[in-house]
Amino acid sequence: MTIDSVRGAPGTGELADSELVQLLTPEGERVDHPDYPLDITAEQVRGLYRDLVTVRRIDLEAVALTRQGELGIWASLLGQEAAQIGSGRALTDTDMVFPTYREHAVAYCRNVPPLNLLGLFRGVNHGGWDPKDHGFHLYTIVIGSQTLHATGYAMGIQRDGVLGSDKAGATIAYFGDGATSQGDVNESFVFASVFNAPIVFFCQNNQWAISEPLEKQSRIPLYKRAQGFGFPGVRVDGNDVFACLAVTQKSLAHARDGQGPTLIEAYTYRMGAHTTTDDPTRYRLKAEEESWKAKDPIERVKKYLVKEGEADEAFFADVEAEAKRMATELRKACLALPDPQPLAIFEHVYADPHPMISEEQEQFAAYLASFEDEGTAR
Amino acid sequence: MSERKQFKLPDVGEGLTEAEIVKWHVRVGDQVEVNQTIVEIETAKAVVELPCPFEGTVGELLVEEGTTVDVGVPIISVDVGADGSAGPAPSGGAAAAPAAEAAPAGATPVEAVPHEEVPHEEVPQADEPGVVQPEQPKRQPVLVGYGVKPGATKRRPRKQSSPPAPATPASSTPAPSPSPSPSVAQAAPAPAPAAAQAARPAPTVGGSDAASRSYPQVVDNGMPLAKPPVRKMAKDLGVDLSTITGTGPRGSITREDVQQALAAPAEAPAAASGARAGAPATTGVREERIAVRGVRKATANAMVGSAFTAPHVTEFLQVDVTRTVETVRRLRELPEFADVKVSPLLLVAKALLTAVARYPMVNSAWVDAPANGAGNGAGNGTGGGAEIVVKHYVNLGIAAATERGLIVPNVKDAHTLTLPELAWALAELTAKVRAGKATPADLTGGTISITNVGVFGVDTGTPILTPGESAILCIGQIRDMPWVHEGELAVRKVTTLALSFDHRVIDGELGSKVLRDVGAMLEDPIHLIAWS
Repeated sequence: MTIDSVRGAPGTGELADSELVQLLTPEGERVDHPDYPLDITAEQVRGLYRDLVTVRRIDLEAVALTRQGELGIWASLLGQEAAQIGSGRALTDTDMVFPTYREHAVAYCRNVPPLNLLGLFRGVNHGGWDPKDHGFHLYTIVIGSQTLHATGYAMGIQRDGVLGSDKAGATIAYFGDGATSQGDVNESFVFASVFNAPIVFFCQNNQWAISEPLEKQSRIPLYKRAQGFGFPGVRVDGNDVFACLAVTQKSLAHARDGQGPTLIEAYTYRMGAHTTTDDPTRYRLKAEEESWKAKDPIERVKKYLVKEGEADEAFFADVEAEAKRMATELRKACLALPDPQPLAIFEHVYADPHPMISEEQEQFAAYLASFEDEGTAR
Repeated sequence: MSERKQFKLPDVGEGLTEAEIVKWHVRVGDQVEVNQTIVEIETAKAVVELPCPFEGTVGELLVEEGTTVDVGVPIISVDVGADGSAGPAPSGGAAAAPAAEAAPAGATPVEAVPHEEVPHEEVPQADEPGVVQPEQPKRQPVLVGYGVKPGATKRRPRKQSSPPAPATPASSTPAPSPSPSPSVAQAAPAPAPAAAQAARPAPTVGGSDAASRSYPQVVDNGMPLAKPPVRKMAKDLGVDLSTITGTGPRGSITREDVQQALAAPAEAPAAASGARAGAPATTGVREERIAVRGVRKATANAMVGSAFTAPHVTEFLQVDVTRTVETVRRLRELPEFADVKVSPLLLVAKALLTAVARYPMVNSAWVDAPANGAGNGAGNGTGGGAEIVVKHYVNLGIAAATERGLIVPNVKDAHTLTLPELAWALAELTAKVRAGKATPADLTGGTISITNVGVFGVDTGTPILTPGESAILCIGQIRDMPWVHEGELAVRKVTTLALSFDHRVIDGELGSKVLRDVGAMLEDPIHLIAWS
């Protein structure tokens, strides 16, 4: 057996540039795409840059906290900032997001406090935000199942009869390249397609499903799968925040207008480990990581801003300082998170009181009260 | 005034219990910042760098490099300045801090030393009214970072009187009538086996947990406590559960208990409860179970895959290598080899490379047709579409025993290297492997291998092929032997070569030629010059 004999399916390598929607090159050059025009002010670009740097810094802090034993685990978004910020900033208030467990930057765009995310991975809450308030569903750990939830939700919006109006919303389901091998994802493609549901499937193809490379997942580029289900698919440079913004905006508008689903494949790279419990040096080569480093999503925006004279050193220093300040505060707040109360587990099982849960709660309270010290209410 | 804080080894990988300190990145006296990398550790899963949780001056490195420590053990102390730049104000930690400072530096790290960064650890139990157990360790945080250590947990004491109505401790079934309180249960008359269990002295195996427990050992139905899989296991093994003292939670019988009972069958049926009581304490561990993981697992899979896929043939040849040993000695004196280790392995490697050049087929791989896209390797196919891939390059694998287990890194494009280059390549590979720095690239893509069992003081072996290769050369120890040399009996340096090869690819004739030529080149390195 050689590695070569089982790897390297045809046609899954790097695509010709024409297939990849790109509006900002790794060198910071602005390019146009006929299908995806993007009007963006300098202020907006600076805003995107600030977003990118901030979420990377938050992510870094979370990884460090995990290494210090303060979080149980963390799924780093390093390298995928542009895909998440670009798509996240394309959303409007009426849209609903169904994330995986790595969409920290999308959560940031939806004003979910990063501390909530840390609490989740610290094991002191189950998310702790109201999905309705933020238009951002709770993190889904099970691979791909959120695509079904998102499809169902989209079909609900459709049945509200609001599509095409000002109140129209769409759903966006995030998932990774590995999830495309799941039945759930394929089922949701079928439903979304035949019901023409207002949904955007946003696949962050970061090349690795934990240790499984893309070429073991698919023999065709992932975005081409959409065609078989009967809706459009597009591959976008996932490290290009402009392209991710433009393509997602257009796809969402398309969905809100009642024109059905779109699959966006954001072609990107997971620069870090799958999670903090993973060691990528065991299955991939340094050279591959290095080649992607040159395509860093943040550097290219910085180069663009400098080249266009839209930002100076003071701006970049300020962004860095602000991100560091946020991270320091986040660390402090994380360490101060209280342990959950034992009885809290009964609180959100049902929306309304339920006799069986109430009974169990009473029994558990009595059990906790049966100890000599440190009874129930600590 | 500064405050000394300790950083305990966290569980960085979901349920790991220990890690090795591989390399410190800081020294005592160094200034450290929050999140500065201070140490590299290796867990069962990965080598990871740990960032410092404090800002301050390194006070002490509590664990030496190369030492494996349990999760939760303090590994470094940092003197944090009065500005308290690290972490939240130590509210509850105020009481605990003096204790930590009072502890002598370098004292054996103990669980009780609080990690002051974590608020929920700061609750000093001694401050609670009514707690009169000074020896009880601080509560173990279980949410993140530090898992519960087996044996280190203690049950909180229950109130003596039975709680009112619905609470039914120790029983999952909501019985309508309150069950007797635990203390009563032990004394109360119960069905026969239960009485026997209750009368038994508390088991010592389970440590403090078992000793302090006040639950009845059996439930009302008279059956010993054991989970269904354990019951099935005991049934399958013919072990009577009622003869076993449980060491699990609430005295339940665990798999280990059943295995231990099986390992000591003589004692078990000997007599009733009285005789049994002493048995577990005096019996040493007769068997040990080691989970198969990591390199061990990878090795096992590779060996099974190879041994049961490629039909192996092994041939042997005893060789007088006196001249090779002499050549090695003389090479060492040459300036080209001044700074690099020269060993007989170098000439063995060169001889094998030369043999490969003469017989390329030996440096090849059997590749099954990629039928069904299964992609699970060589499979067991012997026909349709299979190919023999002859490699016109040599990535020379050198089997190496490391602390993590057997690995076979390879020297890339070894066929292009001059002898000094090959010596350097081997030396670098060895150093890398010793340092645990072999990368996946080093470990994959080999085309033919050498295994040197001679270093272990044995003569030969029947090596199993590295998966994906068709031949492996084994060299044994070189030792003084009586040998017929130039018609006379003489004491010569003799070694045994063994060559295993994949008979699907290589026939006996080819294998024999390769082995014979390698032997000839080692017997007289003039052949090495002649053929290379």
